[in-house]
Amino acid sequence: MKLLHRDMDKNNSGSVTLIPEENEDMWHTYNLVAVGDTLRSTTIRKVQTESSTGSVNVSRVRTTLTIQVEGIDFDTQACVLRISGRNISENQYVKMGAYHTLLLEMNRQFTLNKQEWDSIALERIDQACDPAQHADLVAIIMQEGIAHLCLITPSMTLVRAKIETSIPRKRKGLCDQHTKGLHRFYNQIIQAFQRHVNFDIVKCVLIASPGFVKDHFMDYLFAEAQKMDDKTLIENKSKFVLVHSSSGFKHSLKEVLADPAITARLADTKAAGEVKALDDFYTMLQTDPDRAYYGVKHCERAAEHQAIETLLISDELFRSQDITQRKRYVNLVDSVRENGGEVRLFSSLHVSGEQLGQLSGVAAILRFPMPEEDGDEDDDSDDD
Amino acid sequence: MSRHRMIRSMNYEDEYYDEEDEYSRSVEDNYCISPSTAAQFTWTREKNVNFASYMNSEEVIDEGDEDAEEDDSSSRNSLNDSANSARLRLSDVDQAKLNSCLEEARNILGESVSEAVMVDVIIQNQYNLEAAVNQLLTQQDVPKPQREPRQRRNRTQAPPASNSGFASATVTHLPDDNSTTFPCPTECMPSTMAALTVTTSGPTVVTPSASSAKGTIGFQEEDVPAVPRQTPSTSPVAGRKPGLKMKADTASLSSTFTPKTGSKKATGIGTALDVGDGEGTSRSSADSSLRSAVESMGLEGDECTIQASVDSMKSLATSKTRSKVSKLDVMAEYAKRHGDKDLLNLVVIGHVDAGKSTLMGHLLYQLGSVNKKTMHKYEQESKKLGKSSFAFAWVLDETEEERSRGVTMDVAQTRFETAKKIVTLLDAPGHKDFIPNMITGTSQADVAVLVINATRGEFETGFDAGGQTREHALLARSLGVGQIIVAVNKMDTVEWSQERYQLITKKLGQFLSRQAGFREGDVTFVPCSGLSGENLSKPPTVPELVSWYSPATTLVEQIDKLRPPVRPIDKPFRLNVSDVFSRVGSGFNVAGRVGSGFVQPGDKVFIMPAAMNATVKNVYIDDSAETVAFAGDHINMTLSGVDMVNVNIGSCLCDPAFPAKSATKIRAKIVIFSIDVPITKGFPVVFHYQSINEPAVIKRLLSQLNRNTGEVVKRKPRCLVKNSSASVEIELERSLCLELYTDFKDLGRFMLRSGGHTIAAGVVEEVFVVLTKIIFTA
Repeated sequence: MKLLHRDMDKNNSGSVTLIPEENEDMWHTYNLVAVGDTLRSTTIRKVQTESSTGSVNVSRVRTTLTIQVEGIDFDTQACVLRISGRNISENQYVKMGAYHTLLLEMNRQFTLNKQEWDSIALERIDQACDPAQHADLVAIIMQEGIAHLCLITPSMTLVRAKIETSIPRKRKGLCDQHTKGLHRFYNQIIQAFQRHVNFDIVKCVLIASPGFVKDHFMDYLFAEAQKMDDKTLIENKSKFVLVHSSSGFKHSLKEVLADPAITARLADTKAAGEVKALDDFYTMLQTDPDRAYYGVKHCERAAEHQAIETLLISDELFRSQDITQRKRYVNLVDSVRENGGEVRLFSSLHVSGEQLGQLSGVAAILRFPMPEEDGDEDDDSDDD
Repeated sequence: MSRHRMIRSMNYEDEYYDEEDEYSRSVEDNYCISPSTAAQFTWTREKNVNFASYMNSEEVIDEGDEDAEEDDSSSRNSLNDSANSARLRLSDVDQAKLNSCLEEARNILGESVSEAVMVDVIIQNQYNLEAAVNQLLTQQDVPKPQREPRQRRNRTQAPPASNSGFASATVTHLPDDNSTTFPCPTECMPSTMAALTVTTSGPTVVTPSASSAKGTIGFQEEDVPAVPRQTPSTSPVAGRKPGLKMKADTASLSSTFTPKTGSKKATGIGTALDVGDGEGTSRSSADSSLRSAVESMGLEGDECTIQASVDSMKSLATSKTRSKVSKLDVMAEYAKRHGDKDLLNLVVIGHVDAGKSTLMGHLLYQLGSVNKKTMHKYEQESKKLGKSSFAFAWVLDETEEERSRGVTMDVAQTRFETAKKIVTLLDAPGHKDFIPNMITGTSQADVAVLVINATRGEFETGFDAGGQTREHALLARSLGVGQIIVAVNKMDTVEWSQERYQLITKKLGQFLSRQAGFREGDVTFVPCSGLSGENLSKPPTVPELVSWYSPATTLVEQIDKLRPPVRPIDKPFRLNVSDVFSRVGSGFNVAGRVGSGFVQPGDKVFIMPAAMNATVKNVYIDDSAETVAFAGDHINMTLSGVDMVNVNIGSCLCDPAFPAKSATKIRAKIVIFSIDVPITKGFPVVFHYQSINEPAVIKRLLSQLNRNTGEVVKRKPRCLVKNSSASVEIELERSLCLELYTDFKDLGRFMLRSGGHTIAAGVVEEVFVVLTKIIFTA
C-alpha cells in the first residue's frame, strides 16, 4: 500500500489517500473502512440521459464520487472490496443521495475520511504501508481423501482449493482400486496447484500430512512434472518442504506453522507469531488458569487492574458495525498499551485467528494471578 | 413515462418478429404433429390392428381396479404383463406352434375371446388346439355364476352387467398367475413340491361367503396356506389387505378348472417366499428344501409375476410393521444361522511394530485360512525385499506401500473360524499417524487383542507416554470394547523369561483395570510369539515356556472363551458406510458393519444425510451372498436406485420408517484424557465417529461433571483440564448422522482428537436436528 496524503487535525479527524498495490492491501482496506466514513474514489457509473424528445441514452462514464459508507463487502476468494453508500457530493452525472457501489481496484487511489482515526486504524495504515517484502507461502495440508491448498500471506490465509474424494479402502484382492483412487486424488491436487500457485510470488511450499501421504504425493508430483515436462515445477523443487501434521483439516495448519523447522524458515511471518501467542495462552491456562483470561468482560476487569501482560485480540472485533462496540475494544487495547502490555492483533483469516474468534475474540495472559470471581457466569452466554 | 413513450414509438414488427422469421423453424412447426409421432401414436386402419387386444388390456386394468382399489399400481402392471411374459419365454418352435393354434382358434371363436386369453389357454393345453378351444368355450359359460359374489363384494363399483370380454378377463387373469410360474417349479424342484404338500393343506375351493371384508380377515388367519400369495405380505397396512385377499379369493374360486398343481405351486412359492422374508408362517421340518426353493425362486424372481408383485407390495409395506411381525422369525433365523458358533468381531491393537500383523498372519496360516502356496510366495517375495520377517504380515498388509514400508496403514479385514467362534478379524495399524484408521476398526469391534512387544526396552517405549499401547487401550475401552486379551508377543526374544512376562502382566494389569476401566475378569494374558508361531493355535512346545506356563492356554483357546455381546437386532436398521467401491459386474458396493437391526436383499433403505432412497440388491458376507444380515455382521451390499456420488464414507443407511437423525450440532458428555492444553470453547478438534473423521469445534462448555458420579461440579467452566468430565456442545462442519447413546450404545460413541492426540471420548446425549437442510456433495 502507498500512502499519498495524510491530513489530520488534532482531534484525529481527517483523511488519508492510499493506493492499494496487492491483494493483501484490500484486506487492510476492508479493516480500515467503517460504516459512516466517507470514501472518495474514481468509478464507472451507468448514466441515463433523456433528450427533450423522450429518447433515452444510456452511457457508462468514469467519474469520481464521494460516498458515505453504508455497506462493506469483502470477497476473500477474488480479494475484491465493494463499498456501497450514498453520494454526498453532487456532480454532473450523479445526484446527491443517489446510491452507488464503489469497487476498489488495485493501483487506483482512494481517499478515506473518518471522523476519528483511532490507534487501531492508524496502526493498520502503518502496517499496510510497511514496504518489507513478505514471504508468501503455499501450504498443502492433506490426508488420504482430503486436501486443502492454502495461500498464506502475512495477514491472510486463503483456502484456494479444497479437494475431497472418496478413496476405496484396501480390500482383499482389490488393492488396485485403492491405488487408482489415490492417484486420482493426487492428480486433482496437482491441477489445483498449477492453477493457483504462482512461483514468482510464492517463496515456499509446505506439504503437510500425517503418515506417508506427503512423501508419496511429493514423489508423485515430481514424477508427473517430469512426464509433463513442467519446467517451473522442477526448477522450484528446492522451495518444497515436507512437514508433519496430524490431519488434513484446515486447523492442522496451526501445527504446521508451529513446527520449529518451519518457523526458522519463515522468519517472522505474522501467522507463525500468532500461533505461538495462542499456544502460550493455552499453556498458561493449563499451568495457571488464574493467569489466563478470555471474554471481553473478564479481560476488561483484568485491564482495570493493570494485570494484562499480553492481549490477544481478533481484528474481527474492530469491524463491528456498532461504533460504541468498536470504541470499547479500542479503549481496551489502548489501556493495555498504556500499562506496558503487549497487544497482538490476530487476523481473523488465519487459523489461529479463527480459533481466537471462537474463543470470544479476546484473550489475555496476565502478569499475576487474579482469582476468578463467581457470579458473572452469565456473560459468556451472550458472547456467541 | 419514458418507458411508456418507448413502447408507443416502438416498431412492433421489428421488435418482435424480426428474429424469429428466419431461424428456429423446422418442418414440424407447420403441422400439429410430426410424421414420426403420428406413426407411433395415431391409429390407422391400414395397420390391421386387432381391436380385441385393446379391449382386453383395458378390461384387465378395470378388473384390477375393482379387485383392489387400494392395491398398488405396480402389482397391477405386473399382472397385466404376465400374458406377455408367458409368451416371451417361449422357444421358437413353441412360438410357431402357438401362432398356428391361434389362427385356428380365431377361425372358430372369432373375436369373442381376446388374443391374450387364447395364448394363455393354448399354452396351458400344450398347443392342443381342440382342448384349448374346448376350454375357452366352457370358460365363456362358467364365469357367469361367479359374477354374483364379485359384484356383491365390490361395494363401490359395480361392473357393467354383461360382456363376455369381461368375464373372460376375469378368468384369464387367474391362469396367468399359475401358468407363468408353470414351467419352472415342476422341473426344478420336485423335492420341494413334495415337502410342501406335507405342510400345506392343499388348495381348497373357497366359498363365496369368505368374501366380505370381515370374512377375509378370519379367512386369512384360519387358512393361511390356502391363500399363499398374501402370506409374504402379511405386513402391509391393514387397509391394503382386503383387496389383496379378494384377488386371492378369485384365484381359488375360479380354480374350478385350473389344474390342482397350479395353485399348489403358488402355495409353494408363497411359502418359499415366506422363508426368504424371514417371516414364514408355515416353517416346518422341510426347512432345508424350502431354502433351496427360496434360492431357485430367487433366481427367477425377475420374471415371476407373483414374485414381482409380492416384492413391490413388500417394499411398500412400512418396515415398522414388518419388523414387528417378523421379529420372532428373524430371531429364530439368527439363532439358527450361527448355530453353536458365535460371531465375534475382533480387533488387533497395540504399539507400532509390536507384531500385530505378523501374529495374526501366522494365526490365519495355522488355522488354514491361508494356503501354503500363497505363504510360500510371500516368503520368497519378502526375502527379495530383505524383509523376510514380514512374510506373515503380508497376509494382511496387502497394498504395495504397506509391504515396502513394513507398516500397516489401514485396517485389514478377514474372517476365520475356530472351534466355537466365527471371528471377523480387524487388523488395526499401530502407527500413531494412523490412529484414525484404528478408531474406524475398533468402533466396529466387540473384543480386542492387545499385542505387546516383550522385547526389553520395546515394551517400555510402547507403554510409556508417547507410546500407542496406552492410547489404543483407552480408545478400545471408550469405543465399547469390554473384553481384552493381552498377547505378550515376541517372547522368544527374551528367552521366554517368566520374570519378564510377570513384569509385563503386572504393569498392564494395573493399567487396564485401574486406568482404562476394564473389569479384572475381562483381561487375560497369553505369552506367544508371532514369528515362530508358538502358543497361537497349538499348545506350546518350547521347554522354557512349558516349564512355567501352566495351565497352558493358547491364543485361540482364549478367543474361544470370549463372550459375544448381545446385538441390537430388534432395533431399526442402521449401517454406517465405511467404504464405497465399484466392482466389475455388480455396480457399486458399499461396505460396513450393520450397527443394528437386519437387512435383506430387496429392502428399501434410506441414505442419510443425502436423504435418498435406495433398494438393496444383494447382501454379501465375506463375498458370499446371503439372504439376511444382522447387527454385527460386516457386509458388502450392492445398491440400486441411487447414484454412487450420493453415498460417501460416513453416510448412514437406515430404515426408511426410522431415519437416522443428522445434525451439525450435538450435546455430548465427554471424558477428557490426559492432555497438555486445556479445552476451552472454540477449541478445534477432529471428531471421530464410526468410520468418519470430521473437523469440529467445541462450541460451548455447559458444565463440568464429577467423573464418577456424573454430578455437576461447576456450571459454565472457563476451561476443562485433564482427566475431567464435562457436558459440552459440539458443532460439526458438515451434518453427520449420529445416534443417541441411550438409543444405540454402539452408535452413540465418538472420540475427539487434536494435534495427533486423543483428547477425549464422548457419548452423544442430544442431537439438534436441523429441520431444513441443504446438502451439498462436494
